[in-house]
Amino acid sequence: MSPETNPSHAPRYGSNMGQPLTRRDGLLKVTGRATYAADNHPPGMLYAVTAVSKIARGRVTSLDVAAAKAHSGVVEVMTPANRPPLAHDPDEKMPPFGFRVEVLQNDRVRYVNQPIALVIAQTLEAATEGAMLLDPQYDAQDARVERADGELYDPPAIGVGAPPGAAYGDIDAGLARAAHLVEAEYFTPAQYHNAMEPHAVVAEWDGDRVMLDMPNQALALSCASYAAYFGIPAENVTIRSPFLGGGFGSKAILNGPQILAILAARMLGRPVKLALTRSQMYGPVGHRGATWQTLRIGTDGDGQLTGLHHRAIAATSSFDDFLEPAANASLPLYASPAILVEHKGLRLDTGTPGPMRAPGEASGSAALEVAMDEAAEACGMDPLDFRLKNYAETEPGTGKPFSSKALRACYAEGAKRFGWSRRPLEAGQMRDEKGFLVGWGMGTAVFHCPHFPAEARATLRADGTALVETAGADMGQGAWTALAQIAAEALGLDPQQVELHSGLSTLPDGGIAGGSGHTASAGLALNNASKDAIARLTDLATGNPQSPLFGAGNIGVIARNGRLHRRDDETRSQSYAEILAGAGQPEVVGTAKAARDPSVGAAHALYSHGAVFAEVKIDPDLGQIRTTRLVGAFAAGRIINPRLVRSQYFGGMIWGASFALHEEAVTDRRTGRIMNADLAEYHVPVNADVPSLDAILIPEDDPYINPIGVKGVGEIGITGTVGAIANAVWHATGKRLRRFPIRIEDVIG
Amino acid sequence: MSLSISLTINRQSRTVTLDDPRVTLLDLLREHLYLTGTKKGCDRGQCGACTVLVDGRRINSCLSLAASLDGAEITTIEGLAVGEALHPVQAAFIACDGFQCGYCTPGQIMSAVGLIAEGRAGSDPERIRELMSGNLCRCGAYQGITEAVLEAQKTMTAEKGRDAA
Amino acid sequence: MNRFDFLRPASVAEAVAAAAEPGSAYLAAGTNLLDLMKIGASRPERLIDISRLPGLDRIEWLADGSVRIGAMVRNADLAYDARLAKAFPSVAEALLSGASAQLRNAATVGGNLMQRTRCAYLQDTASACNRRVPGSGCDALYGENRLHAVLGWSENCIAIHPSDFCVPLVALDAVVEVEGADGRREIVVDDLHRLPGATPEKETALAPGELIVGLRLPAAAAAFSANSRYLKLRERTSYAFAVVSAMAALRIEDGTISEARLALGAIAAKPWRVREAEAALLGVTPSVEAFARAAEIALAEARPSGDNAFKIELARRITVRALTLALEGTPAVMPALPASPFSTDPGASHVA
Repeated sequence: MSPETNPSHAPRYGSNMGQPLTRRDGLLKVTGRATYAADNHPPGMLYAVTAVSKIARGRVTSLDVAAAKAHSGVVEVMTPANRPPLAHDPDEKMPPFGFRVEVLQNDRVRYVNQPIALVIAQTLEAATEGAMLLDPQYDAQDARVERADGELYDPPAIGVGAPPGAAYGDIDAGLARAAHLVEAEYFTPAQYHNAMEPHAVVAEWDGDRVMLDMPNQALALSCASYAAYFGIPAENVTIRSPFLGGGFGSKAILNGPQILAILAARMLGRPVKLALTRSQMYGPVGHRGATWQTLRIGTDGDGQLTGLHHRAIAATSSFDDFLEPAANASLPLYASPAILVEHKGLRLDTGTPGPMRAPGEASGSAALEVAMDEAAEACGMDPLDFRLKNYAETEPGTGKPFSSKALRACYAEGAKRFGWSRRPLEAGQMRDEKGFLVGWGMGTAVFHCPHFPAEARATLRADGTALVETAGADMGQGAWTALAQIAAEALGLDPQQVELHSGLSTLPDGGIAGGSGHTASAGLALNNASKDAIARLTDLATGNPQSPLFGAGNIGVIARNGRLHRRDDETRSQSYAEILAGAGQPEVVGTAKAARDPSVGAAHALYSHGAVFAEVKIDPDLGQIRTTRLVGAFAAGRIINPRLVRSQYFGGMIWGASFALHEEAVTDRRTGRIMNADLAEYHVPVNADVPSLDAILIPEDDPYINPIGVKGVGEIGITGTVGAIANAVWHATGKRLRRFPIRIEDVIG
Repeated sequence: MSLSISLTINRQSRTVTLDDPRVTLLDLLREHLYLTGTKKGCDRGQCGACTVLVDGRRINSCLSLAASLDGAEITTIEGLAVGEALHPVQAAFIACDGFQCGYCTPGQIMSAVGLIAEGRAGSDPERIRELMSGNLCRCGAYQGITEAVLEAQKTMTAEKGRDAA
Repeated sequence: MNRFDFLRPASVAEAVAAAAEPGSAYLAAGTNLLDLMKIGASRPERLIDISRLPGLDRIEWLADGSVRIGAMVRNADLAYDARLAKAFPSVAEALLSGASAQLRNAATVGGNLMQRTRCAYLQDTASACNRRVPGSGCDALYGENRLHAVLGWSENCIAIHPSDFCVPLVALDAVVEVEGADGRREIVVDDLHRLPGATPEKETALAPGELIVGLRLPAAAAAFSANSRYLKLRERTSYAFAVVSAMAALRIEDGTISEARLALGAIAAKPWRVREAEAALLGVTPSVEAFARAAEIALAEARPSGDNAFKIELARRITVRALTLALEGTPAVMPALPASPFSTDPGASHVA
């Protein structure tokens, strides 16, 4: 059925934009009553602090356990010597997303900041000092932390199980016939998620059941994984994660310190709290691995691509694989008769990288968008015209149609709002009234649309209100609000009449809050459960001879404003409360499981798109750079809540600015220690760094993506922005900078 | 060694006995008094999540020893609303979507309250951005934060005007 | 952090007496010391809380036009003191470009003068650092050192002094008043911080147990009030330590420079006053060329201590710019982004 003939589609989209409701959790968050994991204090709780390795490779040869234990308040010190057994081998990966973890299985050290002991004490102060007093001694081997030190290898898979490359057309022939060939290498450094909330857990055992307060982006999956580690059934693990202080991918995957704290709670028979220090977050909880990317772009005399070759070397740890799928950024965006993407792995002595906001897309798009700018320059074309010239009408390579793609509108609206048409083609042409160099750059944003299986329950209650439940995660994207809006619409209720329970693992599995897929995944489950509840309610009404809806059949009613109306005569209606009362039932419960129909992805290419325009100002002599203006225009299917979506885009764009100009983990090449493992020297943007942000929400009606028309918005904002800013720096200075972040010395050098 | 100090916390006088001089104001609030609204983001004065008012001034509670604050008056996020009535800054943060994950929010709000009291920014957004730069927000809610400070300031000025009239 | 004894002396005399005990450290706001204690880089056995000592929190204007600032005056209170900002605008601008509003509300004048280097190798207890453990070596040398010293460093230490505040202080001949077991003495700020030489652990001229109780800015320094500027380069717009910074102040009479002050920050283990460059500007008609000459003189001895040669050129350029801005005149109001190049007018002095 086409969308035009499917009656359920036509009214559904409306203006394409939902209500800009303020956050449902707003009151709790502004009053300090929103409880994050480390805010919990069960009676009798002890504090755990990890001691971490200062070497990148080798062995721990001694720990002064006696000194730590002698410190007043220290209760226990867990080391490889006394660490209780685990039911799962931590050196075995746990599918689907589990990594090998360091949980004191031996004295081996594989990266800096690896946990090497856990000190448990009556107070936080005692546990912290106890960890210091362990004074570890090492047998250190050379740290392999630079590109030249690492072992290059051909990975069987990249990202979370994606194929390591793709080839369409004849790349050699394509590049050989190019009138212009651009070839360059780009470097993106290791970056750390640095959610404002450090990873934390409060663990409390009751027999072989455990209650975990922890920030978690994947509740059901984590319960199963913890259960495997502790040898208990998954239902014996309960995770409460009502609020996450930011996740960005780092709270979707199990890590060693949290497992150890849970183990300590079992060992000691008392609740244990562990919160990582900021510096301890630079190692065991994932990061965005460094990449070295080479791009070759061929264009003909008209500026048409003849070939696009993107090769990425992605750093990972010595003992596990998460390879930033950077080169895949070149697959979905630009039409080219030949595309080749390839990945190599590089083993270094670091913690294992992991998914970090737009994994692959962020670093890959950073390189691709600069390379495209260089190609446009080689062709003497405006960067936007060049991208339009190579606009992909179907997915390059596969030729699949896009489920929807309003990228042209993004380009047009973004350019208009930004004033792009006034941009001089050549670099170094613009100065502001004070004399600052001014540069304008742009980049295309793109992000794929994953969909995770999810379940939900919707209960219509006697008073006509509803309770909807799914074990999702709100890490700031506004899930509590948007998911309630989706359910409310399906239930024919005002959002205020819908209570949402989430963030608790005993609820129906809400899937994973990641990949920008949570609203679509949990939202579809809630939509379906809500419709199931309405269907059941309809059966009660239409089967009740006392009801004005009697005999209408379940196709013959419409749910609206808390009432069911006859489709053939809308004046005949009955409220939900009346229907339930009439049936003598306290409630009616709808349930649903939802997943993506595989045929959707087989038939269509599924992406959100956008265009980002950046202005930078640069001091002509001193080289300091400021992102003075960012305009993004994004098309991401149906928008449930424009207020929250705009905030997501802003957040993504600021991450892009951070990638382009600020963030970099600086590793001592001799020891492998990260010398800026804090928030003073690992720079993320401050308020003054982003004086002007604008996000345009481009209407986009996607009839195929899923029945609620939702794509995803959480990550796309980064993707176009990094390149846009780097291109703006070129436009201001004439310098092509291919190493991120761009620094003062790069500009003045 | 045990140390006794008197503090006024959110308008309530309290005597606190410290068994350990190492306790920071932040850990005193969170781990001893269970006022967990104030957050720990870095514990080193590098993020602003722990911002509270001490004697009316915004400071990083993580870099302040509780023992050295005898007699101080402390206001935390829990003490800002009066009953159910939100402080104008709190209301403005909701209206302007000045947060996402909410973890830096208590610090942002206390910092904004401090900033408005200092009276150095006027209605210049650039000054507000600069003077709010001690509060990191990894979600990137800065635009909403700046708007919220401006809006709250306007509300508070209007309220003051009404009170004076 | 280690357990320590916590003392609250009632007077300066009591504090100084208490500090005679080895292992003692003075605690003011704690914004630097507590941080170092948390990461184990500093482990004093006794903390002597001087934050509430009577008489140290005042800004007093003396009859001769000089000002005496108590050591416990908070950075923000000093920066926003209207009379101080008028007489010594670069001091206020430097203060407001440092740290964050919260930290400035807490941090004290004395604490700022005594703040330690931000060198990551001092902070990292697993690294060799001659300041933290004398004789252990300097891992910053041949390490990650792109922001380290280009002047006055030695093979024993290449750290920089991170203070913004101290840069105008050295340029303006500020003096600290110090109380010790042997009574009170004065040290000019330029002599307070030491270059590492063979003894990097001796970071200041203070004897053990000596306490800074006050800071004086001489009346003569107010003569620059119309033409002074502090300028600071950072890797983000705010809340970052300097890559390099400069304070420039001029007295202009009949179109020529009758007196100049110039100091650089974040390029050496101490705030770096350049008297030779000041002298070269005397009697000169101000011009970009004259300023460039001064910058050449200021950086004449500079040499990279690692991956930081760019800082030398950057220091030259910021010197020229700071002098140019000083010549243009002190801004009538404090810029929205104090000391930031984005609060200035880079004009046509393009040398890139």
